[in-house]
Amino acid sequence: MSLRGKCAIAGLGQTRMGKNFDHPNAMGFAVEAVKLALDDAGLTRDALDGLLVNPGITWSENQMASFSLQQALGLRNLRLSAMMNLGGATAAAMIMHAVQAIASGMATTVACVFADAPLRPPSPRKNGGGSAAAYGFARGLNAAYGLFGVNAQYAFVARRHMHLYGTTSDHLGAIAVAQRKWANMNPAAQFCDTPMTLDDYHKSRWVVEPFHLYDCCLVSNGGLAVIVTSSERAKDLKKPPVYILGMGQGHPGGDPMDTLVSGAPIAKETAFAMAGVELSDIQFAELYDCYTFTVLVTLEDYGFCPKGEGGPFVADGKTAPGGSLPVNTGGGQLSSFYMWGMTPVAEAVVQVRGEAGARQVPRHDVCLVSGNGGILSTHSTLVLSSRV
Amino acid sequence: MSEQTSPATVSKPIPSITPDLAEFFAGARRGELMVQKCEGCGVLRFPAHETCANCLDRRAKWVPVSGRGTVYSFNIMHQVYHPGFAGEVPYAVVVVQLDEGVKFISNLVGIKPHDIRCGMPVEVIFEKINEEITLPKFRPRAGS
Repeated sequence: MSLRGKCAIAGLGQTRMGKNFDHPNAMGFAVEAVKLALDDAGLTRDALDGLLVNPGITWSENQMASFSLQQALGLRNLRLSAMMNLGGATAAAMIMHAVQAIASGMATTVACVFADAPLRPPSPRKNGGGSAAAYGFARGLNAAYGLFGVNAQYAFVARRHMHLYGTTSDHLGAIAVAQRKWANMNPAAQFCDTPMTLDDYHKSRWVVEPFHLYDCCLVSNGGLAVIVTSSERAKDLKKPPVYILGMGQGHPGGDPMDTLVSGAPIAKETAFAMAGVELSDIQFAELYDCYTFTVLVTLEDYGFCPKGEGGPFVADGKTAPGGSLPVNTGGGQLSSFYMWGMTPVAEAVVQVRGEAGARQVPRHDVCLVSGNGGILSTHSTLVLSSRV
Repeated sequence: MSEQTSPATVSKPIPSITPDLAEFFAGARRGELMVQKCEGCGVLRFPAHETCANCLDRRAKWVPVSGRGTVYSFNIMHQVYHPGFAGEVPYAVVVVQLDEGVKFISNLVGIKPHDIRCGMPVEVIFEKINEEITLPKFRPRAGS
């Protein structure tokens, strides 16, 4: 039984993003996101019989997050509930789980939710409000050697890529600049009003070499939810259905420093076969971009260019507005907001529907979405379309 | 992790000797770099794990390795995540691939961060932190 086109994304709910303190914790953002997604679909909460939650980094104390969120939303009689965590690959993986449940008759209408609130309000003692300290963890020997946080781990992998393939800061910068151009046309992007040249990129401070500040995602407060339902039902709802043509996961295991390959080749094989598409059918891509480097590797791993040639591939601006392969058309996690795997999913929905305004890509019928978690550890793929 | 403070400085984080690292730190105090060796398949590993990911055997012992290897990768930390490193940024953290194949995260002494290169030959040295804790670090060595 193929699941191709059986289900669709029928609603999208997105709270304010970034340094906003509209809610005291992630749960508040999650509730608001689900409410917005239901409104967007033209549904009420009574329609929901499934709830999947990807807890962000600040939910650690909450071991039954989907039940907690059910209670906060006042939902009754759910038939599907789970907290899922594959890091940044979770958003698309939740959508897959929802599709499988709907296609098998276990549920009809499933909300998939991500929310997080790692940023603290500015206090009199610290002029903060922008700290990403939650991602700076370390313990034991790593801390003794000064190895803190996810940035530093990805930097090791990026350095290997530079060493083996000659990838340069200019290459990484080209990705940051291209996404900033997209963000400059996205009113919801945190860097909407801030243009950036390659020179600006090089002048931005180092976080951990080889990463400048603008190689790293914008850790944000916010919530995002999508409503997944059958394609039959989605056709009768308020918004144009975003059909789910293909889905796949890939989790290679081992040490990414040795391979410099994500799980994309594995996930792509499943997803593209289900969707019945080839790479040349992909009109634009929303790729997980915790770092510029992640985009570069992901482009290679889907086969847009051979392994090791991601740098030259992006250098000519083909992923920027007006380019032949639009990538991360809302500015992505680098220039818009970091909501783990929900950032690429949300922008894909907006674009496929044709709701992207000034940044609308001209061809928006077939979109590739990727999610990536850990240090190139987990991967998920969706092929989304305006038609079945 | 404990922290010692003095009026002038905050110390770097000092690792605690957890049971799985007792032999590692005992070796470091003696001037030996120790890694785990699976008694089922002979594969070396570090950090310590209860079970061998290669053959799933739980039997393991600690063995000394040469302490020689090459820089596999490195980064240069500019952000201060712990006050103990405030006076050191920018500093490098290296991934050393030991000649025996195991990777070991550490620091490289006797070289400026921006002079570090992947593939550079290195050898272990031992930096005594206190009576209990000695940290293996590395320094450049002449290449073969």
